[in-house]
Amino acid sequence: MAGLARRSGIWLAAVAVVLVLPWIFSSGFAITTLNQMGVLIIFSLAYNMLLGQGGMLSFGHAVYFGLAGYSVAHVLNGIGAGTLPYVPVSLLPLVGGLVGLLFGIPIGFVSTRRAGTVFAMISLGFAEMMTALTLILIVFFNGEEGVQTDRWAGPEPFGITYGPDIQVYYLIAAWCLLATLAMYALTHTPFGRMSNAVRDNPERLQFVGYSTHRVRWLAFALSSFFAGMAGALHALNVEHVGFETVGVGQSGLVLFMVWIGGARAFIGPIFGAVVIAFLNSNLSGITEAWLLYLGILFMVTVMFAQGGLSGLILMHESIWKTDVRLFRPMVRPYALGIGATIVACLGAIGLIELIYFMSTRSTRDTGTSLYSVPVDAASLLPWLVCAGVAALGAEACRRAYRPMAASYADAIETVKAGAAR
Amino acid sequence: MEVFAFSLFNGILYGMLLFMLASGLTLIFSMMGVLNFAHASFFMLGAYLAYQISAYVGFWPGLVVAPLIVGVIGAAVERWGLRPVHKFGHVAELLFTFGLAFVIEEVVQLIWGKVPMPYDIPASMNFAAFSWQGLDYSAYRLFMLVISVAIFAALFLFIAKTRIGLIIQAALTQPNIVSALGHDVPRIFMWTFGFGCALAGLAGVIGGNVLGTEPAMAITLGPIVFVVIVIGGLGSLWGALVAALFIGIVDNLAISYDLSFYPLFAVFGVERDVTGIMQDLVRLTTASIAPVLPYFLLVLILIVRPRGLFGTRDV
Repeated sequence: MAGLARRSGIWLAAVAVVLVLPWIFSSGFAITTLNQMGVLIIFSLAYNMLLGQGGMLSFGHAVYFGLAGYSVAHVLNGIGAGTLPYVPVSLLPLVGGLVGLLFGIPIGFVSTRRAGTVFAMISLGFAEMMTALTLILIVFFNGEEGVQTDRWAGPEPFGITYGPDIQVYYLIAAWCLLATLAMYALTHTPFGRMSNAVRDNPERLQFVGYSTHRVRWLAFALSSFFAGMAGALHALNVEHVGFETVGVGQSGLVLFMVWIGGARAFIGPIFGAVVIAFLNSNLSGITEAWLLYLGILFMVTVMFAQGGLSGLILMHESIWKTDVRLFRPMVRPYALGIGATIVACLGAIGLIELIYFMSTRSTRDTGTSLYSVPVDAASLLPWLVCAGVAALGAEACRRAYRPMAASYADAIETVKAGAAR
Repeated sequence: MEVFAFSLFNGILYGMLLFMLASGLTLIFSMMGVLNFAHASFFMLGAYLAYQISAYVGFWPGLVVAPLIVGVIGAAVERWGLRPVHKFGHVAELLFTFGLAFVIEEVVQLIWGKVPMPYDIPASMNFAAFSWQGLDYSAYRLFMLVISVAIFAALFLFIAKTRIGLIIQAALTQPNIVSALGHDVPRIFMWTFGFGCALAGLAGVIGGNVLGTEPAMAITLGPIVFVVIVIGGLGSLWGALVAALFIGIVDNLAISYDLSFYPLFAVFGVERDVTGIMQDLVRLTTASIAPVLPYFLLVLILIVRPRGLFGTRDV
């Protein structure tokens, strides 16, 4: 009973946060960002049903996202023009989900016979095929222009028109919570467990008598359903669906979000979607090199943090559950390590920004500003300072990481000793 | 007839370029199990480096230097990037190369900008080699063909006749045994990776000025190279050659003949000016579906023959 109360407590807290957020961040820009976050959370969680829980790396999951988006845009236009029977706009995400499912079932059948590299290659093939088709099948995809739509269509139940962004926010939030709950519940069903087993040891599962193909296929179809739901909400949110929504770029973005957030924990994709959507809407205006930083961050997590950012946090879970005081000797090495990392990054980012400025400037003026300090990019000084800071930071990192790891190992040792006792 | 001959010729040329990429990719894949997503990015690097070198000292030094630089970059990426990730499995390696492709594209834009580079055919090669039935054929294209065929012949001789080639062949199928015999398999991996990247770089040097040197060149060519190695059969160089030539020729024939699919629909009594969904289908021509053809072939081969044309193991 207590366990149930605690578990539902988390969900009730999530509902409360979702209800309150637009009151705290009430600007139009903030609501737009929140709406994107909601859509991307559903999409990331759907993607993680494949990558994290099923062990299938897809480069083409945006196909279901985009196709559902196109379909919902056409349904909305049909309702608006009176050629299609009325479907409540609030239920359109279900229509999108069904479209995702419709495509996910046959495509999943041919691509899930094997996981790993081969699955990834096939998914890429389908993504490329869809991208090429958007420019060929003009009636449905409308080429490079994409499909424009208007979510203010049909009757207005309870006065909900979905005209203002805030109404769409609550629609996205409600579906996001529902979808998250559904996908979380799925991880606890026998199917969810089988999906994990297929990821970890497919051979053994076949010996036991399961068809790995069917388990993967089911996971793929369900994941396509939720990806379609996200695509429908995307179409409702921005009222436009373009050819880029089905492409490898969109699939790569969701892969980045899931992996950087952490594919191993259920919370990871949510974390990744929130962080990257936030950075995307805030940084893309400040620096042209934002995508480069995103790519480097992704490569660094692949090389050094397989669990992503959430994995880095959750690896300390057993320590705080045992005794929070164990953190005390870790504070100093951690502060030094994190500080050194920040210094090294500041230097490297400064260098990259300088190169970017020099290669993209359109005038002869070499004056720019770096960290709001006016500098002359043609002089040697800013380059030397940035390179010096980067080198200093790298050296500091080299010295600080070992004590950091050692203090973590000590704490874990104590936890294990306590557990053994 | 001359249209057929010329598109066949161009198709073979495009196919040989694809093969230069696919041969390195399939060598790397069958030896290390790594699908190098960034392979076409090394092709792009080759083109950009060749452009930069040709801007200072001309085309010919770039032909030699650019692939060497790309090869060294590739070997370095394997040594310090891929090898540490190896312990996390093939999916992590694939993720690494995916991130690498993304980062290389961004770095190229960082250094050279987003607009295409004016990387031109060398002036000494810019004349018609021969003229047939009123159509000129450029000397540079002939040169490309000679280079790619020479590379192909050298690659086969190298793998079939030299000692290192034999070790590579052995490492393709039995890396553990080769390692047990005392060969330094990680080092073979590193140099194979570097060699494959250098081949891709060379393809970029000779192809960049014909196909266009721009930041999107990697992402447009990369997936087609994957299709080539799957259709040919993973790990089979002959298969890669046949598939590359096949895709190159089909692509060129489809575009230069530009047949309409309408007669197919006319059989079923569909009008030419039909509206609605059918409108797109009636308007389809072989040229308009050329971009999707490789991917249709991919799906078809995966359903009908998952091991590819010449492969020995199922995909």
